[in-house]
Amino acid sequence: MSITYLEAIREAQAHALRDDPRVFIYGQDIGAFGGAFKATKNLAKEFPGRVIDAPISEDAMVGLAVGAAIEGMRPIIEMQFADFSTVGFNQIVNQAATLFWRTQVPCPITVRLPFGGTSGSGPFHSQSLETIYAHYPGLVVLTPATVEDAYSMLLEAVAIDDPVIFCEHKYLYYHLKAEKLPSEALPVGKARIAREGRDMTIVAYSAMVHEALEAAAELVPEGWEIEVVDLRSVKPLDTDTVMASVARTGRLLCVGEAWPWGGVTAEVIARVASEGFGLLDVPPQRLNAKDTPVPYHPNLWTAHRPTAHAVAAAARKLLRL
Amino acid sequence: MLQTVLDADFVGDATSFRDTHLTAYRFMLLARMLDDKCAGLYRAGKIHGGVFIGRGQEALSVAIGLALKKTDVFAPLIRDTAGRLAFGEPVVDAVRTYLGSVLGPMRGRDGNVHRGRPKEGYLPMVSHLGAMISVVNGMLFARRMKGVTGTVGAACIGDGGTATGSFHEALNQAAIEKLPLVLIVANNHYAYSTPNDREFACRNLTDKAAGYGVESHSVDGTDLSACLKIVGDAVARARAGRGPQMVVATLLRLCGHGEHDDASYIDPKLKASPAGRDCLKVAEEHLLRQKWADAAAFAALRGEIVREIEEAVAQVQREPAPDPFTEDWRAISTGHLNEGHE
Ligand SMILES: Cc1ncc(C[n+]2csc(CCOP(=O)(O)OP(=O)(O)O)c2C)c(N)n1
Ligand SMILES: [Mg+2]
Repeated sequence: MSITYLEAIREAQAHALRDDPRVFIYGQDIGAFGGAFKATKNLAKEFPGRVIDAPISEDAMVGLAVGAAIEGMRPIIEMQFADFSTVGFNQIVNQAATLFWRTQVPCPITVRLPFGGTSGSGPFHSQSLETIYAHYPGLVVLTPATVEDAYSMLLEAVAIDDPVIFCEHKYLYYHLKAEKLPSEALPVGKARIAREGRDMTIVAYSAMVHEALEAAAELVPEGWEIEVVDLRSVKPLDTDTVMASVARTGRLLCVGEAWPWGGVTAEVIARVASEGFGLLDVPPQRLNAKDTPVPYHPNLWTAHRPTAHAVAAAARKLLRL
Repeated sequence: MLQTVLDADFVGDATSFRDTHLTAYRFMLLARMLDDKCAGLYRAGKIHGGVFIGRGQEALSVAIGLALKKTDVFAPLIRDTAGRLAFGEPVVDAVRTYLGSVLGPMRGRDGNVHRGRPKEGYLPMVSHLGAMISVVNGMLFARRMKGVTGTVGAACIGDGGTATGSFHEALNQAAIEKLPLVLIVANNHYAYSTPNDREFACRNLTDKAAGYGVESHSVDGTDLSACLKIVGDAVARARAGRGPQMVVATLLRLCGHGEHDDASYIDPKLKASPAGRDCLKVAEEHLLRQKWADAAAFAALRGEIVREIEEAVAQVQREPAPDPFTEDWRAISTGHLNEGHE
């Protein structure tokens, strides 16, 4: 048997629905139709009344989830694409994210964001928004890179008493497969060493972990051993694991699919530079998408986002310093 | 005479017409005097941030506060001191939030009109207009899922707030789900300084409800009797399962947008129009005409309310303010997931 990243997300939701009567899912086309990506396929039938079609009203979708959470439910909101979560942005950052701090009433909602670029998706179906949500206090922001993490972290997201922005990469939906679902997992908040190495640390998350791993493989024949750290969660950010890796390698490259201004990669570098300056042999570098909307045509798209080749090229430069 | 009536708990299930009016009047006066006290404290420099009051809107506000049961959901906005008190908010909660007492429901983390107790069905507004309505929807939706019946949720909004996307999304959502939502729209003719004709172009705000298949009702917001009746009926219809209800009240804000604002832009013609009547005076005259109260009773009531408010203010002024050194500075409840904490 093998299971894809997308199926893992579906299975995690089925598991959550089965285990906890407080869980329900609300989103566009997720009922009988099973969702734009089929992440809720058959769930409406299996769990009647708990997998509910929403109107195209992202603001009201999130608002409803917050109200339900106050009443003790554990709603999962499926955004059809991460890009459309901006319409619900206000409810996420001003309502959900402030509730506990203002009132001591926790807000256990999970907002699933199918995000990131896929060929031909263009400016409005490709965005990476983890940075913008991580900027706000009161949110947990998860970016699973593996089938196992997609499953276990989504289950943990539903169990967490706070609003979780669950960034699931659309490119990984069908590309990633695992033999089976995990029975245990690293907890949320811990990064993972995806590949051990001694010459340089590449910090990445979500789909970029795989570009980084491919780049590391590309550099093996040239004699380089690259360590790849998968952040898993961008907020909280596991600075300790990153710092320990940089202590071993002395070189740091951060890779993110989001836009370059500020963001997760900038945050990692700022932390390492301020808390671990002495660990660095050379100035840390980062690689992001270009500072334009995400292009439609594959020729442009593959040049817009970091690819394994681009990561390898950036790594080579850094290794020569 | 007022006294005996006021001592009893009539909230929600008042049976007598007269008693309901007297109870409502007491909350209106309490709200007016509490608002005035807060405005005074603001001018004396005792309040950090703004003060927003509901002068001229007490009749409408109290009507929804009274029509709800304690087990219902209430999401008031900035001009709902009367509704909050009628729904059950103690005076001291309001004073503590305005003065930033750490013992208040918001513990100095949020202030003034941003107060509530979500677990008691009393939602603390965020500033973003329109945003509370879908939260009320969510609470009603969840209750239905849990099998809780007979519950109603009310959200208040101004004429200006009906132009937000959130308002429309939430109204449509409530209609689709046939939720027992009661939307109370106070058309006080201005959104801050902006008059109605720059906020909407439909003939009446009730037209907005029609677009979503929602029942709507108009009421003279300066007339307590009319507000009690129309709002009470709307709540009853929602409770009876007729789906969301919208009530649009016509009235005038008899104060600035906030206490920083002199409201010099308000059209004198509107002030002289029926919408510009002071609902508190109208209610008072009504009570006198009906011989349900007399001047002595009003004077006694005022004296009692002054004492209640002054006691609350004096008490809160002795209470501790929040301490940045003992503040935990954590925005999420899961301790180890806060940044910078193990
Ligand atoms: C979404 C949003 N935009 C702007 C504001 C700033 N603001 C606060 S109150 C207000 C006017 C509101 O007018 P209305 O809804 O008519 O209520 P009223 O103050 O008249 O009671 C504005 C513009 C806000 N709170 N929320
Ligand atoms: Mg107004």
